[in-house]
Amino acid sequence: MTQFPTALAESGRETASGDRTMILNMGPQHPSTHGVLRLILEIDGETIVGLKPEIGYLHTGIEKTCEAKFYQQVVPLTDRIDYLCPMTNNLAYCLAVEKLLGLEIPPRAQWMRVLMNELTRINSHLVWLGTHAMDLGAMTVFLYCFREREDVLRFFEMVSGQRMMTSYFRIGGIALDPPLGFFEKVKKFADRFLGNVDEYENLLTGNPIFMMRTKGVAHLSAEDAIAMGACGPTLRGSGVDIDLRRDAPYTGYENFQFKVPVRTEGDVFARYLCRVAELRESIGIVQQALAGMPEGPIKADSPKVVLPDREKMKTQMEALIYHFKIITEGFTVPAGEVYQAVESPRGEMGYYIVSDGTAKPYRVHMRGPSFANLQVLAKMCEGQLIADVVAAIGSIDVVLGDIDR
Amino acid sequence: MALAPAITDIEQLKSHPALGHLLAWNAGAVQSVKFDRDELTIWVPKESIREVCAILRDFPDCPFNYLADLTCVDWNPSEPRFEVVYHLLSIAKKERVRLKTRLDGSSASVESVTSVWPSANHYEREVFDLFGVRFTGHPNLKRIMMPDDWEGHPLRKDYPVEGYR
Repeated sequence: MTQFPTALAESGRETASGDRTMILNMGPQHPSTHGVLRLILEIDGETIVGLKPEIGYLHTGIEKTCEAKFYQQVVPLTDRIDYLCPMTNNLAYCLAVEKLLGLEIPPRAQWMRVLMNELTRINSHLVWLGTHAMDLGAMTVFLYCFREREDVLRFFEMVSGQRMMTSYFRIGGIALDPPLGFFEKVKKFADRFLGNVDEYENLLTGNPIFMMRTKGVAHLSAEDAIAMGACGPTLRGSGVDIDLRRDAPYTGYENFQFKVPVRTEGDVFARYLCRVAELRESIGIVQQALAGMPEGPIKADSPKVVLPDREKMKTQMEALIYHFKIITEGFTVPAGEVYQAVESPRGEMGYYIVSDGTAKPYRVHMRGPSFANLQVLAKMCEGQLIADVVAAIGSIDVVLGDIDR
Repeated sequence: MALAPAITDIEQLKSHPALGHLLAWNAGAVQSVKFDRDELTIWVPKESIREVCAILRDFPDCPFNYLADLTCVDWNPSEPRFEVVYHLLSIAKKERVRLKTRLDGSSASVESVTSVWPSANHYEREVFDLFGVRFTGHPNLKRIMMPDDWEGHPLRKDYPVEGYR
């Protein structure tokens, strides 16, 4: 429980003009904090003098839990960290373990990973766009965004059986080949999605009310963004050109062509434009992945790590033994450590895994992009109005599951 | 794809910008190095970690200006018990380097790098909260995840995973 210094909580501080500031509590149950984020605002009239985030309400000790699980049992835990982009979490974790093992992933699995990862980005950005716009008073956009998000969630359900906690990527590949008709459905969606983005932009980009709420609000300079550790669209909205998909390609991203949207204004509107442009780029990557989807296996050829097919288990003794061993004893991972960073919808998502050569990870640390971005909030909001805090929170797109873990 | 053996010879790794620069600055600041799975780790004595970070941040040829991550590993019961891990990224050159510093369990304390990167603030609070490692010079070293009146540090290896306290 956080204790205010009593004197400060009651009366604030003396300002230069002789008035007193006031302490205002915002959250943890507040519709615009996107979860259980609590902010302690120190205000001088309507102006923010100080802002302190209080987090930990959603802390579940996932990092500790990971240390007690086999490597393959950690995958479903990773879904629950950043619950708006489960597949990106799966991907970062699987890539890190595969790097520890030195596993090679077949092309079809890599392409599927790129495809699903970009659909996840679209899903996450649609939730962000809908809620961000709703925070600023534009209700319609929310309904439109959730209409398209529903389609994406159906795709998730098709491949994994789950709408949100997918656990679709596994160490060594993906869980299942997508069902018949999946690619056609995604293609249909991809073909019309650009029109949908135009629809959102028609409602927001030139909208004078939206512009007044976002342009020049919560400004962040490039130097501050780097020093305070911002990442993803928050960093790119301040003019820093970095995208790990392009700069440190993983899972076959080097085979895809896409642009990295960068804006130099550094305000809420710039971050909005970055993310909307990313929606368009993502759907381009989805189309490339669909067009170039290779045939072949979806799991690495490594029987000691990857679960065998059901067919083989019923006909081959070895497959049955391997299956039994992996499920009951797990698989050992050579000692060492890796830091695998991927570009999640919110920025650099890093998994730092230390192995001591046993079947359970010695230490798993998740570097959450929201955790990094939250630190920037205080800097952004200094000198802004209370209503702009809502715009600023929306613009850094925090997910509390990712912050508290 | 078989794993290549790790390289621990300083001479062979001198070409990496971070290591070359550190050696040129002060060879005593590099305790040991390891290049494993395409990632470079440099062990730094705990007295000089803040200086090393500042030197790498201001390195003109390849500025490691971004603190990507800061965390800790508990090697209980072996000593030195804690390893504080810093992941640095050079935004301009897209290079990464991992710095590590070892701390004894009895005096788990290291200089804060918040003066180098303000972003270290929350990370160091998290390590303090979950491991009980102290960061001297930190502006606001309070618990961040756990309640303020919590006893113990959950990510330590001698803290149970489940059960009642």
